[in-house]
Amino acid sequence: MSTASSKIASSKIAPSKEASARPRSVHDGVRRVVNESGIEIKPLYTVEDIAAGAPPDLSRPGEPPFTRGIHALMYRHRPWTMRQYTGFANAADTNARFKYLIANGQTGLNVAFDLATQCGYDSDAAEAMGEVGRVGMAVDTLRDFEIAFDGIDLDAITVSLTVNGSAAILIAMYLAMAEKRGYDISRLRGTAQNDILKEFIGRGTWVFPVDPSVKLVADTIEYCAKVAPKYSPVSVCGYHIRESGATPAEEMGYAFSIAKAYTDAALARGLDIDEFAGRLSFNFNIFGNLFEQVAKFRAGRRRWAKIVVDEYGAKNPSSGWLRMIAGGGGFGLTIEQPENNIMRGAYYALIAALGGAQTMALCCYDEAYTIPTPKAQRLSLRTMQLLIEEIGLTDTADPLGGSYYVETLTNQMEEKIVEAMKWVDQQGGIVKAVAEGVIQARVSEYAYQRQRALENGTLRKVGVNCYVESEEEKPNVELHPYDEMGAIAQVESLRRIKAERDNAAVERALDAVRADAAAARNVMPALMQAVKTYATVGEMTRALIDIYGRFREPTQLWRQVA
Amino acid sequence: MSERKIKVLLAKPGLDGHDVGAKVVVHALLRAGFDVVYTGLRQTPEAIVKAARDVDADVIGLSILSGSHIPLCRRLRDLMFDHGLHDKLWIVGGNIPETDRMVLRQLGYRGIFPTGSRTDDIVAFIRENVR
Repeated sequence: MSTASSKIASSKIAPSKEASARPRSVHDGVRRVVNESGIEIKPLYTVEDIAAGAPPDLSRPGEPPFTRGIHALMYRHRPWTMRQYTGFANAADTNARFKYLIANGQTGLNVAFDLATQCGYDSDAAEAMGEVGRVGMAVDTLRDFEIAFDGIDLDAITVSLTVNGSAAILIAMYLAMAEKRGYDISRLRGTAQNDILKEFIGRGTWVFPVDPSVKLVADTIEYCAKVAPKYSPVSVCGYHIRESGATPAEEMGYAFSIAKAYTDAALARGLDIDEFAGRLSFNFNIFGNLFEQVAKFRAGRRRWAKIVVDEYGAKNPSSGWLRMIAGGGGFGLTIEQPENNIMRGAYYALIAALGGAQTMALCCYDEAYTIPTPKAQRLSLRTMQLLIEEIGLTDTADPLGGSYYVETLTNQMEEKIVEAMKWVDQQGGIVKAVAEGVIQARVSEYAYQRQRALENGTLRKVGVNCYVESEEEKPNVELHPYDEMGAIAQVESLRRIKAERDNAAVERALDAVRADAAAARNVMPALMQAVKTYATVGEMTRALIDIYGRFREPTQLWRQVA
Repeated sequence: MSERKIKVLLAKPGLDGHDVGAKVVVHALLRAGFDVVYTGLRQTPEAIVKAARDVDADVIGLSILSGSHIPLCRRLRDLMFDHGLHDKLWIVGGNIPETDRMVLRQLGYRGIFPTGSRTDDIVAFIRENVR
């Protein structure tokens, strides 16, 4: 408990503990500040802080270890991609919203799927009751993808699929859709989240047990390396681990442990590190202290480059790039005084820009309540555009580089990231820690401490535990209605497709999926065949479950922590 | 005679994977001295009712953030009545808009704790309302 509470940034006015032990200085009598990652923050940083540490990192942006950015010119060459998380109801409605965002200057798509799709159930499954199209677009067959991306140029607008448990199936669907439309998939760009290990820690859309889940990720990496080498099959997410309770340093450290697990699995297929490492990407969170997050990104880039080069022996410099989407900030937003979230979003966007993100997405101010309205999504987009057009965030690479504070903090954050990775190793590695629930226990313990700190006011939150309005105004938030009729229509269209397709071909394709899974072969070629027969997400998931089984969540271990 | 600890079954019905809040509540209830059983994610209403009977829960707590609280709570209400759990304390937490809270109360959910609720309030509510 003491370690966890010390991790929580303290803003209480209290004299520093050592005050009486040493001569008075500028540090005395001021409040003690410890950032969330557990680093004590001094009231002033000078050249002496830089001189005291290891030799300074004088690398330039675009030079290993990429502390200052993965590209030499960064945003001067091209601003970050703007990719708001979008998707609801069915493919047709989502397609219309995609086109609205593109018309408003969005430069990439980030697709939200409903929970049935994410967990591998069809829209007519009992488990999907009340969920079809609720938190994202419903997808049953290739037909849904054909409709969702109709009229969108997949070369001009890159698409990111936010899907994990059923990712192998949806990647196959995306590639098959693009192929059908005449794109050369050997040149097709795009991303899938496909980070299953973090789903066991937070977010929870797992399907299969841990080992076959990692095997499926390796299948996608291997398949894409051979067939779609420009496609990024995995986006390793510290994001949701942070949302679940991890500190910023742990967020980065655990994500690297996960990325290493996928890397090891891909290497075990006989791939060379340089064949796929450059296509791994990352997803990190942006809420919290600005300088801590910026230092997290800078430290993370440096550490990941060292891992890829020193531990894995990569030769190609771009293999060590920490390419990332930095965004969201969901946990930082509040249900109280929701308009404050507009300002929070703006500061979070600033964090992502100062942190050197390749892609940005912001949670909308109404997202604590509902699926964002088009207006709220446009506001998020405008927030990012303001930084580009008016505030000068794209003029110079890594504008905080050389700051005594940020450089010192970058070094300290790197040490904390290494510590977090060591802790994972001590648990027997990330795969074991996740399967046994050890990491979930640690993260949920900190989530509890964080909640207590919010409740007792030691972690300050505007509108929640300070500047609270006595008569809370009714929030001016328009709720996104759930479309029952749309769900029924989705089930109808699924029935129609099942009636029209060649069901014998579907069965043969599903048998091939089962056969390849049972023989521990790469299932991607068989999944590609299956999606083309209009086999459903549920059918393909069941075929894999027949061989792999289902994950059983460990719910006991974390109780021992209490 | 020592008093029996209050026993809480905390469940995540449906496909929603947001379990930070549910786990925080479990931590808080354990520290308050309650006996807590957490089901984990993706429980069917049938499985929740069975678990509540198996552990002889005094309190059945549901956590739902996907927006599916009304259909899930309605289905669970029917099952809990069928299985003799009508006299237990039913509570629900999550992303629950104000307009839906009355509907849930009418279904028989006495404690409703939307996002942003304090864990102390949940503990106090259970203490006051368990017979």
